[in-house]
Amino acid sequence: MGAVVDTLRLTAEEAKALLERGELSGAELREAYFEAIAERDGELHCFLRTVAEPDGEGVPIALKDVISTKGVETTAGSKILAGYVPPFDSTVAARVKAAGLPLLGKTNTDEFAMGSSTENSAWGPSRNPWDPNRVPGGSGGGSSAAVTAGMTPWALGSDTGGSIKQPSALCGNVGLRPTYGTVSRYGVVAFASSLDQVGPVAKTVRDAALLYSIIAGRDPCDSTTVELPEPVRLPEGDSLAGVRVGVPTELNEAEGIEPGVKEAVEQAIALAQGLGAEVGECSLPRAVRYGMPCYYLIAPAEASSNLARYDGVRYGPRVDGSSYQEMVDRTRDEGFGDEPKRRIMLGTYALSAGYYDAFYGQAQKVRTLLIQEHRDAFERFDLLVCPTSPTVAFRIGERAADPLAMYLSDVLTIPSCLAGLPGLSIPCGLSQGLPVGLQLIGPQFGENTLFRVGHALEHAIGFDTVPERWR
Amino acid sequence: MSWEPVVGLEIHVHLKTKTKMFCRCPVGFGAAPNTQTCPVCLAFPGALPVANRVAVEWTIQLGLALGCEIAEHAVFSRKNYFYYDNPKGYQISQYDLPLCTNGNVLVPGSDGDLEVGIVRAHLEEDAAKTVHVGGRAGRSQGADYSLVDFNRGGTPLVEIVTAPDIHSPDDAKRFLQLLRQAIVELGVSDAEMEKGTLRVDANVSVRPAGSDELRTRTEIKNMNSFNFIARGIEAEVERQIAVWESGGTVEPQTFDFEASSGTLTPRRAKEEADDYRYFPEPDLVPLEPARELVERLRAALPESPVTRIRRIESELDLERATVLVTGGLDALWSETVAAGADDVAAANVITNNLVGAGVDPGEVSPEELAKLVSARKSIPRPAFDEAVAKLGDPDFSADPYLAQEAVSDTAEPEPIVEAILSANADQVDAFRNGKHGLLGFFVGQVMKETQGKANPRIVSELVREKLSG
Repeated sequence: MGAVVDTLRLTAEEAKALLERGELSGAELREAYFEAIAERDGELHCFLRTVAEPDGEGVPIALKDVISTKGVETTAGSKILAGYVPPFDSTVAARVKAAGLPLLGKTNTDEFAMGSSTENSAWGPSRNPWDPNRVPGGSGGGSSAAVTAGMTPWALGSDTGGSIKQPSALCGNVGLRPTYGTVSRYGVVAFASSLDQVGPVAKTVRDAALLYSIIAGRDPCDSTTVELPEPVRLPEGDSLAGVRVGVPTELNEAEGIEPGVKEAVEQAIALAQGLGAEVGECSLPRAVRYGMPCYYLIAPAEASSNLARYDGVRYGPRVDGSSYQEMVDRTRDEGFGDEPKRRIMLGTYALSAGYYDAFYGQAQKVRTLLIQEHRDAFERFDLLVCPTSPTVAFRIGERAADPLAMYLSDVLTIPSCLAGLPGLSIPCGLSQGLPVGLQLIGPQFGENTLFRVGHALEHAIGFDTVPERWR
Repeated sequence: MSWEPVVGLEIHVHLKTKTKMFCRCPVGFGAAPNTQTCPVCLAFPGALPVANRVAVEWTIQLGLALGCEIAEHAVFSRKNYFYYDNPKGYQISQYDLPLCTNGNVLVPGSDGDLEVGIVRAHLEEDAAKTVHVGGRAGRSQGADYSLVDFNRGGTPLVEIVTAPDIHSPDDAKRFLQLLRQAIVELGVSDAEMEKGTLRVDANVSVRPAGSDELRTRTEIKNMNSFNFIARGIEAEVERQIAVWESGGTVEPQTFDFEASSGTLTPRRAKEEADDYRYFPEPDLVPLEPARELVERLRAALPESPVTRIRRIESELDLERATVLVTGGLDALWSETVAAGADDVAAANVITNNLVGAGVDPGEVSPEELAKLVSARKSIPRPAFDEAVAKLGDPDFSADPYLAQEAVSDTAEPEPIVEAILSANADQVDAFRNGKHGLLGFFVGQVMKETQGKANPRIVSELVREKLSG
């Protein structure tokens, strides 16, 4: 055994340097993370399974369980995929593999990425490293909590309405939801196809940028992907001179934003001004008011169709019946939890004859307006800022019985997701001893701007990503 | 009161692309079940469709051949329904924004042309194939179990929908023959009903002749030949007329055509209407074919069957022209005539003898065929038939058959005819007393005597001449 590795503090970039300098072997590095998993995952339940002998000599990684990994069980947090071992790698899994990143394991998620706390996982909730009585956020709570708890240097999540950004906010790390179309969805268990996007979770903005550069770019297997218009630039420097930062009133004054959250975000905005940014107010008049209803029509509608393939015919568990229809009904009744069932029903209704125009059709029109509204804002600003989550991490069970309260966890992340825009969450302070996330929203393909600003602010804020109880 | 049938057709055409519509699995028949599959066509979690460029181009070309407008912005949509042959739980099809719309096809007819509007032609994927085991053969009801073969699942399929412009079973058949020929000549499909690469459903209603109302229609499925389609439509038209005339009302219904009995069996009525919950397929981008591509494809279209029927009609007649063109025989006919054969005789030999002998017209040398057509009256019938049957053989030569011409000289059978007549005096008397059916008997005897080498037409003339003398 070479150097002793403090996985709670080691960044992916530092780990890479240790490997490159030969101060640590790939096996030693992996072992350090497996030890961290052995030490802390019993409490936090971030991993649904680990990989005994992963391939690759680079910086290890964990993947959210919606990401198909050849030969490694992938359940999307659902009983209906129990025992399903994909015969193929998702494009993102193939890309991290090609980059030499060994797979430590698959991380917990709300079932089919539907949720904001990981309490909807069929395999039990994950817990927040800052306070194990609280949720790590969701749906990608497993990936996010694992990064904060030093059980992996970085991870991939997937974000439909906030499933990367919100857990990063609640766990105090960096999460990027990239521009729609920059990262392949091939092999990523679909929730809502027009919204799903894979992205990195890391301890630093530079790590997130590095991982993004590995997974981004056109994939011939995903028709909705594009080539990046410019290469990913690893951010350097602290100046924000000339950067125009917009503060959308509606996203910063929304009902339900906790005072401690508001305060931390305002301090971060003041810091940005101190670094030379030009800060101004702006308005996204429809974002908060219509974003949520629009999302809860479009996402369930697509989900109701995407989840139709789980019929027990070709893979996954099957519950027999006296006819095909009965077999399908029983399999789906047993296999799906309450949240997927709720969304399948909502979505089926929204697409039904006679209701399509009023619901799904109308929601698509609203979506177009939201896109336009954001575009207008980006004529005056290079990026927009607001809290990622209106609250800090809530207690396990607190919102589980109230779907609407749970849905409101994503009220600030959803509008830019609907507009297909990139969003970066970075930790900007503590409230009630728990991390607060600052959301930076960029224009389409504006990732480099988000990295630059996020990096500068990260330094200025000086947030310690290690939970206080482990310092 | 007289009634007019009102028929619209829905035609499904399998494209013979090398690979499937949304994945790169091979398209083909006869492979072991479920060997031509992948995560995409088996709908594994996370698998995504990628549209087949060739299939899109062929559909555009087919649309152009049907006189359609090609959309500048077309969209794939999901048609949602549960069935074991539909692995994703939705079929990727096109709904409100198809690739091809608003075309029409002219079917030349003796009482003027029939103009059939093409409402739309769109691209979709085929379902998997199901085999039901046990119970009533081939039916899911009562089967012990069902096996699904996903090899066919995802095959590119063009659906063509006509306007209800067809007003007789025969018109339906003639339209389909012409359509099929156009498709085959484009090279985009084999369009064979027996193989299921061409499938036709008919929507049928009737109305009082002269009215332009549209009454309730019914649908007929499962007709696997053009003749069955005509018979199915005819049977349904008669049924509907009887319903209306007895004071009843035609209900919307779907029938299967039972070829063995020529009858229609109603499918089990559904409790509720289908709601496919169509919405735009978010995994695919819209199809926006460049106008240059459309024009390039238009320029590459072969001469249409209708244009050729028109041209040949002016040399022959409509019926022969139609049979030649819709049978894919007109190129051979033109070349045979150019090689010196009589045009009508060449048409008759090609459409009757050659087709009857099952010869592939593509393998026939027009020069050799022209020789046979010109000598057809002088070569003994069996020799002629044998020659026609061998026309498709490589290196076929008509010359050995033409050499047999001498045998058919009238001088030669004459003594044999006389011998036969004198040996059958009773039959000769009977013939002279009006039993003219005996002609065949005499000719048969002569043919037997000459070991089939005589020309039966000449023998028959000789017999008649001698007996009337």
